[in-house]
Order: sequence, then structure tokens, then C-alpha cells
Amino acid sequence: MTRWRFALPLLLFGLLVLALARGLRLDPHEVPSPLIDKPAPPFALARLDDAARTMRRDDLLGKVWVLNVWASWCEACREEQPSLLVFARSAGVPLIGLNYKDTRAQGSAWLERFGNPFDASLFDATGQVGIDFGVYGVPETFVIDKRGLIRLKLVGPLTAEAIETRIRPLLKALDV
Amino acid sequence: MIPELGQTALLLALAVALIQGTLPLLGAARGHEAWMRLARPAAQAQCALVTLAFVLLAGSFVRNDFSLLYVALHSNTSLPLAYRLAGVWGGHEGSLLLWLTMLCGWMLALAHFSRQIPLPVLARTLAVMGWIAAGFLLFMLATSNPFERLVPVPPDGNDLNPLLQDPGMVIHPPLLYMGYVGFSVAFAFAVAALIGGDLGTQWARWMRPWTSAAWSFLTLGILLGSAWAYSVLGWGGWWFWDPVENASFMPWLAGTALIHSLAVTEKRGAFKSWTVLLAIVAFSLSLLGTFLVRSGVLSSVHAFATDPKRGLFILVFLVVVIGGSLLLYAWRAPKLGLGARFDAVSRESMLLLNNVLFVVAMASVLLGTLYPLLLDALGLGKISVGPPYFDAVFVPLMAPVAFLMGVGPLARWKRAELPAIALRLRWAAAVSVVAALGAGWLAGRITVAASLGLWMSAWIAASIATDLWQRLGPANPAPPRARLRALPRPVLGMLLAHLGVAAFAFGVSMVKTYETERDVQMMVGDSTEVAGHVFTLQGLQRVAGPNYDAVQALIAVTREARPVTLLRPEKRVYRVQGTPMTEAAIDHGLTRDLYVSLGEPLAGGAWIVRVYCKPFVNWIWGGCLMMALGGALAASDRRYRAKQPRTAATADAHALPDAACGTVHIAGAAP
Repeated sequence: MTRWRFALPLLLFGLLVLALARGLRLDPHEVPSPLIDKPAPPFALARLDDAARTMRRDDLLGKVWVLNVWASWCEACREEQPSLLVFARSAGVPLIGLNYKDTRAQGSAWLERFGNPFDASLFDATGQVGIDFGVYGVPETFVIDKRGLIRLKLVGPLTAEAIETRIRPLLKALDV
Repeated sequence: MIPELGQTALLLALAVALIQGTLPLLGAARGHEAWMRLARPAAQAQCALVTLAFVLLAGSFVRNDFSLLYVALHSNTSLPLAYRLAGVWGGHEGSLLLWLTMLCGWMLALAHFSRQIPLPVLARTLAVMGWIAAGFLLFMLATSNPFERLVPVPPDGNDLNPLLQDPGMVIHPPLLYMGYVGFSVAFAFAVAALIGGDLGTQWARWMRPWTSAAWSFLTLGILLGSAWAYSVLGWGGWWFWDPVENASFMPWLAGTALIHSLAVTEKRGAFKSWTVLLAIVAFSLSLLGTFLVRSGVLSSVHAFATDPKRGLFILVFLVVVIGGSLLLYAWRAPKLGLGARFDAVSRESMLLLNNVLFVVAMASVLLGTLYPLLLDALGLGKISVGPPYFDAVFVPLMAPVAFLMGVGPLARWKRAELPAIALRLRWAAAVSVVAALGAGWLAGRITVAASLGLWMSAWIAASIATDLWQRLGPANPAPPRARLRALPRPVLGMLLAHLGVAAFAFGVSMVKTYETERDVQMMVGDSTEVAGHVFTLQGLQRVAGPNYDAVQALIAVTREARPVTLLRPEKRVYRVQGTPMTEAAIDHGLTRDLYVSLGEPLAGGAWIVRVYCKPFVNWIWGGCLMMALGGALAASDRRYRAKQPRTAATADAHALPDAACGTVHIAGAAP
């Protein structure tokens, strides 16, 4: 019996390895969201470029739209900006930014420097709306349909490939 | 040409590492002396080859050779020379090469300072290290080659991450890695002992100085990382419990437990299998830290590019190294025996309690770091446990550690009397309570948390004073100078390290409770007051650095109308990557830091300015420095290196070297 005591560390380590192996296989870009096919959380936020203009979720009802969560402090957002800019030119749907836990000055300066693909950016200084959307990290991208349901969520920087294979086909399907 | 040379050196090093891992081991098993003797020259040859590769990579950085992908990604022609050198370990591939170079350094040192170790033990130990080196070489050559070519050659490089362009960051990774990798020596000794099946009392003595030295380096590395976060991140914090920090803190906790359990194994022959296990755990956590930081498992979404191939390789490597050694442990450790018995109240029992507390602390950090990952693996969604969890878990664990730190060194081995200890520590107890409350009263406010922290600090310091008084005071018949000289270095090292803990606890308590901070909008000419100091924004100017442009504020600080200092915080933008960085300006002092950092520019030329007064914050790092010095002092004891041809029994009777051992009862230590 006492001999088995010495095998205990090995056992614990085995469990740890199982978890780590599973963690490796999880694609961090492919996070199943409990919000898929659920209504997008309601929000009313001021625009980044104009504090006096408020946008609400229901303003966008009846339209398919894309929400991209970004921040000036986010390194990875810089990576996805070129593909977003290309996408914005031919998307055919509103591309809305959610400027997450940022300051107005830094957010605006960042858009000026790296380009602004958004039809509008919402200013979410406290991150409350981001939390409602279940944001884990920045950047994240959501596709929301005409009825206001979240249909797709992508975590991490958007690649041109993800836009072509995931977002565009979905937009096509939703727009019909 | 030069990169190809570097790659060849790494390939040759791999061949040598394989020889070093096999032949000496076989030699030790079969009693083949010539094969065992191969271990030393193999270690030296490997060290030469890896160092050559490292120097070649550094040379490519110095010469701005952007035909190397790694150099192009982490350097730039306008980068100052010191940072170009730091660029060598500014990315994944170079960090691995640094890791490996450090490993070879430790191997070389072990091959050199091992005259007193019997050949079979040394052969096995170096062979185990050879296997570790082989694993890392394979990893580099298969997935992360720093010598990869880039075609076409770009005109300029991508620049080093601006966060790393800080003097502290130049030496932080090497020191940290020295610590991480240093635990490989203890690990190799432990595994070699399991293979050989022989754990004499000598074994702990061979291992001790190496463990203390590695622990000192790790302490210094963590210290620098913390000081860097304080001065660069711009919010004046010094520890954030983020996964990368935790990855360095876990081996430190395990290493601290190991140092203490080694003391018992060396003095009393007890805790043998436990010590072996801790040695395995300490190094395993270093490897796990590498896995967590490098594989992208933890910080997947944010900073690091995820490369599943790398992650998988490290995971397999972890399974082989850690799983293999734990399997060996499960098989061989039951034969190691229990060692000398001890009473429920004795120095052994207190050190055991210390070990339990440190291991629990380590496990809770591990849990807090991996918990989000585990939940994710089980499909329960992603969450993050932040500082609230760690604070809630850590304080209740560290309070008893502090209490034991006062009592333990005064307790006798084998059997101690509680009333006698209480009697000897009555003054320390009284003084520490008065000092804690007095410090709180002087600081203006007495709170429970601060009082607890201050009491811990005062209690440790007062019990050290008691200990010293009993060792050196009038009770000792020798002349004062001889008394001081008779104090063994390991004991001095222990006292210094414990005093460092006292300083650390004092600094933390003062900063946590009594710091004052203010976020203000300032125009040129505006003033604000924090903790009796008046900060006036005198002007703003543009400054051009070698590879960045900055706005620099001139902030004059006065106290009671007398000038104190002129601070120049900066907001920098690094040109190549366009990254903005905050460069805080700090007036360091023994009793307080004045800390100013620039926030955001506002309309009309105003700026948000963050101003802090942080009382005794430098004591945190001062305390860490004392701990590291204490470890170095303990490791430097000459007696560890002396050849000791005695048998285990006589060595025990002499009970040398007297590390962490009271003056009391050396005679009683013989079994």
C-alpha cells in the first residue's frame, strides 16, 4: 500500500498532461460561444468619433451586420487591420467596431494611423458591452443577422482566409 | 556562411549530447571507468559548441545581418548595440538558445567543481543533463531554428519589441534562465541517485550548493522582472500574477521548499524521498513554465503566435522528462528509507510544516494559472482568475510561514521543548507587536492587513536578533571576533535571506496600505499635491531617441517649498513598429518613491498625469536582493567543495557544514 504513495506524483502529472494535451488541440480561434443563435445583447453606446450620437442594438435590426471588437492597446488588432480594410470595401453590410476598454483619444489616433474600416465605432470605455457579448480577448468578430441573432463568432485576428471561408459565405446565406 | 556554421555547431552539439547521455550512464551501470570518464570532456565539448552557436547568433545581431529571419524579426539598424544584443533572447528561438547556453554553463561548472563527487555519481548526473540538452537541441533544430535564412534579404529589420527595450530587460531573461536551468543540476542529482539507488548522506551535501546558487539566480531574475514591470508598464504595480510571472514563481516556491528540505536531509538523513521529489518538481516546473510561455497555450488569444507543432513537441518532451523521472521515482523511491526519527516538536517538524506550506502555495499558484486552461479543456468556457484569488490564497499561507521562520531556526533538531522556545522568544514577540502597531501609528493609520504584514516583518527581524544574540552574545565564551568568524556561511546566508523576507514583507505592507496616488489633468504651469510633495508641470518638449520619438514632460517636485527633484516622464512612440510606450520617471528613495507617468494627451495641450507616492517600495526589491545574496553566501561555503573521503557515519558525527543549524546541540545531531 505504501508503495503506491510514491506513484501519486506520477498520477497527478498524468492528469495534468491530459489537460495540457487537450488545451493544445483546442484551436484558440475557434471558441464555441454560448451566444450563437441567441439575440445579441442590447446596448446603447456613444460613437467613438462623436460622443453626442448614441447607437443602439435595435437601430441595426433588419440588417445583417458585422461587429469587430478592437482596442488601441491590442497588438493583434494591428495584424488584422489590413484584411479588415480590404473586407470593408466589398462587404456590403455595415461593419461596426466596438472600441473596447480604451480612451477616446487613443482609439481615434489609432484609427488614424492604421486606417478606419468601420462604418462606425462604438465607444465601450468600461468594457460592459464587451462583457455582455462574452468577449474573452481582443480582437473578436461577430456576425449578427437581420433578426438580431448572433450567427458567428471568431476569436483572434481575422485573416483574409477566415473572411473568405467563414464570413462571406455566411453573409451570402443570410442576405438572401 | 556564418549561420550555417552556427547550425552545424548545434548539430554537432546534439551528437555530443547523445554520447554524453548514453556512454557514461552505461559505464556507471557496468563499472566501465573509461566510459564514465567521458562525461566531463563531453560536457566541455558540448559547452564549447553551443557557446559558439550563441556567439555566432549574437555576432549576426551586432552586424545587422538581416539575411537571418530571426535577426530581421527582432532587430533594426537604429537599435542601440546593447538592445541588439538583448535581441538575441528577444524572441522564441533565441530564448531557447540562451536556455541551452545556460544549461551548458551549469554542466561545465558541475564538471569543474566536482572533484569530491565519486565518478559513477558524476557520470550519471552529467548523463542526465546530457539528455535534457539533447531534448532542447532537438526542439530547436526541429521546430525553432534561430539560424533560418530569409530570402530576399530585407533592407532593415522589424525592430525589437519596445517593451523589451529597457536596461532591466537586457539582464532579466539571462538571470531568470540561470535560475530555471540551474534547477536542472538538482534534478540531475536526484535522478542519478534514483538510477544508482544510493542516497548516502553525502548526496544532499553535493546537491545543496547547486540548489542554493540556482535559487539565488532565480530570485534575482524575478526581482528584475518585477522592477521592470514597475518602471515600464506605467501603473506602478510590481506584481500582476499573470501567467508568465507565475511560471517563474512556481519553480521559486518549489525551490524554496527544496532548500529547506535539503537542510534536513543533509543534517539528519530524513526526508530523503521527499527531497528527491522536490528536486524533480522544481525542475519540472521550470520546464512547465517554458511550455506555458512558449507553446501559446495560456496566452493564446493575445500576444504569442500559436504554433501547435512547437507546443506538441514541448508537451512530448515534458512527458518524457517529467513522466520518466516520476516513474523512476515511483519505482525506486520506496527503497530510499525514512532516515532518522524526530519528535512532533523539533526543527525537523517545523521544516516539514514549512515544506507543506510552500508546496501548497506552489500548488495553488499552479491551480490558479492552469484553472482557466483546465476549464477550457473540459469545455466549460474560458475564465480568468486574477489577483483576488491569489491574494486570498497567499496571505493565509504566508502568515504561518513567517511565524515558523522566527521559531524554526531556534528549535533543536530531533526534539525541542515548546516552553523553552517560547521563553527565548518572549522579547521578540513583545517587540514585534509593539513595532508593528508603532509603525502603523507613525504612518497615520492602523489597519488589520497592514498590522499583520508589519508584525510578520518585525517578528522575523526580532527573532533573527534573538538568534544572533544567543550565538554571539555574552553567553558565548569565545572572544567576539572569533565568535563572528565561527558563524558558518550557510547560517549567515540563512539569516540574511530571512532578514530579506522581513524587509520584503515590510515593503509590501507599507506600499499596499499607505501609498497615495492621483490621476490629474495638467496644463503647463499646473500643480498637484501628493503626500506633502507638490508636483508642478513646468513644460513639455519633444525628444528624439535613437529609434523612438517622445513627448517629455518636465515636472518639478518640491516639499515645503524646497526643491526635491526634477522628473522627466516620457510618452514614446517607437518608429518601426509604431508602438507607443510609457516611460515613467521615478525618484527612488529609501523611504519612498515618487513616481510620475504620463497618461493621455487631452485637447488644448493638457495631459493626464499619474502621480504616486509609494512608501518603502524599494524595500521589496531590497529584500529580494538580500534573499539572493543569502543564497549565494550559503552556496559559497568552502566546505561544500572540500574533498571528504570520510564515510557517511563519521561525516554525520561531525555534522559539517553547519548550514541552517543552531549552535545548540551539534553533539546531539549524531544519530
